Amino acid sequence: MAQLATVLEDQRQTDETALITGSEAIAVACKLADVDVITAYPIRPYDTVMQYVSKLVSNGELDCEYIVAEGEHSQFEIVKHACAAGARVFCGSSGVGWMYAMEALTVTPALRVPMVAMVGNRALDDPGAFGVEHNDALTVRDLGWQLVWVDTAQEALDTALIAYRVSEDRRIFLPCAISCDGAFLTHSQALVQIPSQKKVNEFLPRYNRADLLLHPDNPITVAPQGNEDWVMEIRRQNYAAMERVSDVLREAYDHFERIFGRSYGNPFFEEFETDDADIVLMGMGTLSTPVKVAIRKMRKEGKKVGFVRMRWFRPFAAAELAECLSRFSAVGVVDRDYSFGSPYMSGVLATEVRSALYSAPGKKPPVVGFIAGLGGREVTVPDVERITEGVYNAAQGRPQPLTQWIGLRE
Amino acid sequence: MATYVQIDPTQKLEPFKAVKKIPLEEYFTSGHRTCQGCESALVMKMMAKAAGPRTIVLGSTGCMYVANTTYYSTSWVVPWMHTQLGSSGSAALGTAAALKALMRKGKMKKEPINVIAFCGDGGGADMGVGAISATLTHPDYNCLILLYDNESYANTDIQLSGSTPWGANTTFSTPGKMKRIMHRRWKKNMAGMMAAGHPECRYVATICMSYGLAGMNSIRKALTIGGPTFIHSLDPCPKGWDYDPYQSHEMGELAVNTGVWPLYEVEDGVLKLTGRTQQIAAGKIKRQPVRDYLLKQGRFAHFTNDDIDYFQSKVDAMWEKWLVPGVIPFRREVEEDHPPA
Repeated sequence: MAQLATVLEDQRQTDETALITGSEAIAVACKLADVDVITAYPIRPYDTVMQYVSKLVSNGELDCEYIVAEGEHSQFEIVKHACAAGARVFCGSSGVGWMYAMEALTVTPALRVPMVAMVGNRALDDPGAFGVEHNDALTVRDLGWQLVWVDTAQEALDTALIAYRVSEDRRIFLPCAISCDGAFLTHSQALVQIPSQKKVNEFLPRYNRADLLLHPDNPITVAPQGNEDWVMEIRRQNYAAMERVSDVLREAYDHFERIFGRSYGNPFFEEFETDDADIVLMGMGTLSTPVKVAIRKMRKEGKKVGFVRMRWFRPFAAAELAECLSRFSAVGVVDRDYSFGSPYMSGVLATEVRSALYSAPGKKPPVVGFIAGLGGREVTVPDVERITEGVYNAAQGRPQPLTQWIGLRE
Repeated sequence: MATYVQIDPTQKLEPFKAVKKIPLEEYFTSGHRTCQGCESALVMKMMAKAAGPRTIVLGSTGCMYVANTTYYSTSWVVPWMHTQLGSSGSAALGTAAALKALMRKGKMKKEPINVIAFCGDGGGADMGVGAISATLTHPDYNCLILLYDNESYANTDIQLSGSTPWGANTTFSTPGKMKRIMHRRWKKNMAGMMAAGHPECRYVATICMSYGLAGMNSIRKALTIGGPTFIHSLDPCPKGWDYDPYQSHEMGELAVNTGVWPLYEVEDGVLKLTGRTQQIAAGKIKRQPVRDYLLKQGRFAHFTNDDIDYFQSKVDAMWEKWLVPGVIPFRREVEEDHPPA
């Protein structure tokens, strides 16, 4: 009988499979992580996550303070303060909503507040567009946010759990933004393995604000005026924390694999068909779908093309990426963003990739930047083929523009 | 009886019966570097004393942030955290929400802890008014927002705010050869707006620390009553108002006695004029002319007699024409406004 009870208990603890969207996957992660304070404010497309959170709360599945704020600035400030007072928090936004919260986004890493936020990537106004662009999340890239782009609903759920674990690690205490491409991921359903609560509890310790807890038993003064006397030393502490993220991330991914049995390989970037590739394409988020389809097609035609999908943008695994890219004769970086006036007028990722290669010891393949899929425009298989053609030209040393717009009406 | 609002118990802070009954312990002490005669520093001291040791204070950017919390020399004995200029409402709400969730879920020892967020008039009446308003609509969270109003952005060099009196000379409204009156906006009625616009906020009050015991007891009531509450304090500022620092206390008394700054509280929707204001309204004492108040301050030194008369007429209207005198500026009929040329 005791044995039967154990078997039944084990069954209850096993994973479930559900057909859910990327947004719902993150809401499920909030429930599994037993988040304490969540703030919502509507903007498409991220707000679907809060619609799911609302249901979880009203159905009694998630016990948290769920606050609908009066704007994104307050939305992020409320959870920032809740997190400083010891609560595990969740928040999110999209596009200009994320920009409206910019002041709060600036101080959150500076205060060493391990907030986890979802960005449903959306084009910035004007003109209005609901579709994906990565410029929203990228605006915080210099401030101490950990930034990760996920590709599937499964990866969204898993990464949210990993994000809590790494952000709330006392060695880190930095916020993390999980970017989910608007519509393509936020609103698309896929089969997702939902892990058991038991496994999550084993993976994710309780948030402990420790010596930084704002409480009458620990009467500290947080964020006084530092000025030129101390600000530089405090910035250096943030620098050191970000420097430690890579190792803590690796630990977390290893532990994740041991507990959940799902492996992401290299945590920082995913390689697809790169073993024998001549050239590779690069990008972030759901761009991988058309790129992978196109690569399968081109491989049948004898073109040895691979794909490197950057997962973690901050910290940026420069040395590892440079070593990986040194194996190929040319790299084509597809940016779903822009950086007007940047070096070679490239997108943000292309500029970072060039920067990573410059100081690397190995071979430096030419890097061609492509700007595609802005405002939610679909990147098609023929688009990817055209991009690949450009990268082959670069590999063969044919002169061509270092930044090319793809899928543009001419 | 079922209730939709689930509120945690608060500390029961009885009013101090007399000045001599106030405890000696200080929770806002040395270490700050506010100006001589700074009334806002006094407000901080009295606020912390009134609230006691089991309190968390959030301070938005402004004088009481910059001057009070130099790194390594904080004046706060209770836990204190900076919040952004427009975030006093959000800071109070977030901190109160965390305490509530953590205590309910057994992650923190259950105990009533006061949460106070303060802001200046720039942070409160200008930038932060939206967040304060939002917080006052959340009945579930125990927190007090205290607006210390020195009537300008005094920390950044005395620039006008939405709470600066009409006509005042600030660094953004200096009188010149062509324009004598650069600041032509009437002071925003924050406390009246908060009281009138937030039906579930149980306590709104105006105070002036020239009447310290009443001010402290108002803070104690706000913290005891539960839910989000709001107190607006008028703080004379020697630097911004341009008077000798020893006159701060007197300046606060003059603001009340001229009727420029009405003292009142709105508790569960019931309005009660308090202190000298109550006596003025009851006809026991006469309102002093605003001239006595204005001409003591350098910021009004450029006023002509017409300007003073106009200021007086606006204060008179506040007491004689408003449907709720001194509090709510609704009128029975349209009146013409004739500002001086």
